[in-house]
Amino acid sequence: MNALNSLMDGFGTALTPLNLLWAALGVLLGTAIGVLPGIGPAMAVALLLPVTYGLDPVAAFIMFAGIYYGAMFGGSTTSILLNTPGESAAVVAAMEGNPMAKAGRGAQALAAAAIGHFAGGMIGTILLVALAPTVADLAVDIGAPDYFAIMVLAFIAVTSVLGSSRIRGLASLLIGLTIGLVGLDQMTGQQRLTFGSLQLADGVDVVIVAVGLFAIGEALWVAAHLRRGAAEPIPVGRPWLGRDDVRRTWKSWLRGPFIGFPFGAIPAGGAEIPTFLSYVAEKRLSKHKDEWGKGAIEGVAGPESAASASAAGTLVSMLTLGLPTTAVAAVMLAAFQQYGIQPGPLLFEREPELVWGLIASLFVGMVLLLALNLPLAPVWAKLLRIPRPYLYAGIMSFAAVGAYAVGGEVVDLVILLVIGLIGFGMRRYGLPVLPAVIGVILGPNAEQQLRRALQISDGGVTGLVNTPFAVTVYAVIVLLLVWPLVKRLVIRGRTRADA
Amino acid sequence: MTTPTELPEDSEKAAGGRRSWLREHSELGVCVLLLALGVLVLTDALTMDVDITQRGPVGPKTVPVVVGIGLLVIAALLAVDVLRGGRGEAEGGEDIDLSEPADWRTVLLLSGIFLGAAALIEPAGFPVAGALLFWGAAFALGSRRVDRDPLIAAVLSLITYVVFDQLLGVPLPGGPLMGVL
Repeated sequence: MNALNSLMDGFGTALTPLNLLWAALGVLLGTAIGVLPGIGPAMAVALLLPVTYGLDPVAAFIMFAGIYYGAMFGGSTTSILLNTPGESAAVVAAMEGNPMAKAGRGAQALAAAAIGHFAGGMIGTILLVALAPTVADLAVDIGAPDYFAIMVLAFIAVTSVLGSSRIRGLASLLIGLTIGLVGLDQMTGQQRLTFGSLQLADGVDVVIVAVGLFAIGEALWVAAHLRRGAAEPIPVGRPWLGRDDVRRTWKSWLRGPFIGFPFGAIPAGGAEIPTFLSYVAEKRLSKHKDEWGKGAIEGVAGPESAASASAAGTLVSMLTLGLPTTAVAAVMLAAFQQYGIQPGPLLFEREPELVWGLIASLFVGMVLLLALNLPLAPVWAKLLRIPRPYLYAGIMSFAAVGAYAVGGEVVDLVILLVIGLIGFGMRRYGLPVLPAVIGVILGPNAEQQLRRALQISDGGVTGLVNTPFAVTVYAVIVLLLVWPLVKRLVIRGRTRADA
Repeated sequence: MTTPTELPEDSEKAAGGRRSWLREHSELGVCVLLLALGVLVLTDALTMDVDITQRGPVGPKTVPVVVGIGLLVIAALLAVDVLRGGRGEAEGGEDIDLSEPADWRTVLLLSGIFLGAAALIEPAGFPVAGALLFWGAAFALGSRRVDRDPLIAAVLSLITYVVFDQLLGVPLPGGPLMGVL
């Protein structure tokens, strides 16, 4: 029951008037930015990072929690009303949501999505409260070799589970690791890749990398291929649900989280797979099979609930292990590092006020999200009409503010642009962006843990695999690496058998 | 620009063929960049003089060497993949139309405007630099409302400045304009 007490303390932190204000502001900002077409949750969170710079860590992360959930909800609004999802997790929301909007049931689709987010977030966060302290307790004894193994797992997972090409994923990861090398070596103070420049000796700030790759890279990429005549959003009134709709959807809302949460906690691409699985499950269980593809409300409710719960699952591995499993988590990890806080098993011991305040404000944020977004939906829908030149000009200006605010140096803006151009090239040639960001954030850390582990074992490679935990993680890695080969062999065997 | 030159037809075709081959395989440029990056990282790592007392058996050189070699290997693997016909899929999105060729002018213009604003931010202050950045970027992206654009840019930039500098406690340079006000 220790977790419950801590959670109560957390509510004490989160429910002070000022922190409530930050949470509400975060939800509003997150939704507003997330609704804007072309801005996914990762870019929204990266762009809004500088907003929290002046705050103390507790307030900053309370606001951050609001931004996170707000941005995720905003993304599904865009999918439903515009049918052009910007990121893969929102694709499923468009499949049934957009036909519903076209048939004049946009208000119901938005309500199903909003309540789905609420239900998924609530159940997901309850699971987080139940699981996270246990995971942290289990992980508290893990040492350098275990950390290193986890990070290798993150590297491998992010390059080989996501995206279509492993080679391109690895290329992206290596680019990120290279950027992470720039600066002074943490253990010896040796200059690396600084070329004698004083500014580079501090290294490249992860926030600048994230904003550059996600925001500037995207803005430049869109600029090169701007669609003439943007798609027209469907106008919508205040969301509401009839009794029939509720009868059809409540089970979907409750089912979604149990698909979403576990997938969020493992490095498997965040909400992308669970939303799809939830869609398939709902379709199979639906009593209205004829409506699917034409606007079945369960197809919005289930996946949205799954997506929201997967965000909570993501936080489990982010907070307890320091392992980011999605782009948003990667940016949040960067935010933690900004305050000199290292997420990991010790976080719950060292920063109880921060962690439990953050978790409590997830609950608060969810309530605020529902209370604010249902009445405000018509306003959010208007944001979809923003002229695209203003939208992307705004993204670039805001990115500039963010990068400048990091250290107040003009050089950072130049670095931001260079990284933005790298991001542009990566989008052009299909290199996924996420591995690069993970490489920058985890690279230096992984190197330190590796060296620490080898220091303990006096250089023996066995020092990396001398704990059961590390061995287990490496076994998982081998499985991840071998799985595609096995699959190919099985398919080949099967086709041969058929022939 | 094009002066009519009397080229034999087949050599012209060959040149055109080579050009279209290069265009189709432009991804090889990525391999070249990865290769260059790998060489850079390796050179930097190998020319390090590590006479600072090294803690532990693994010094500051090891990881850069591994990353550098990794870059070289991945450059080669990517080249093989491209020559075999593999293609990186360009990323789609809400406002992206991939059916038309890339508009390089806009990208260059945007980059230039961004650098210009970066140079202005300290002498002129954020409100001015930010407004110019917004207006310039909107102009580059095709907005031509001379009456509305500068106004929106100025208002947004000023609001951003006030909110960050005054409310959120994130200092931004005000510049001479804010000194006057």
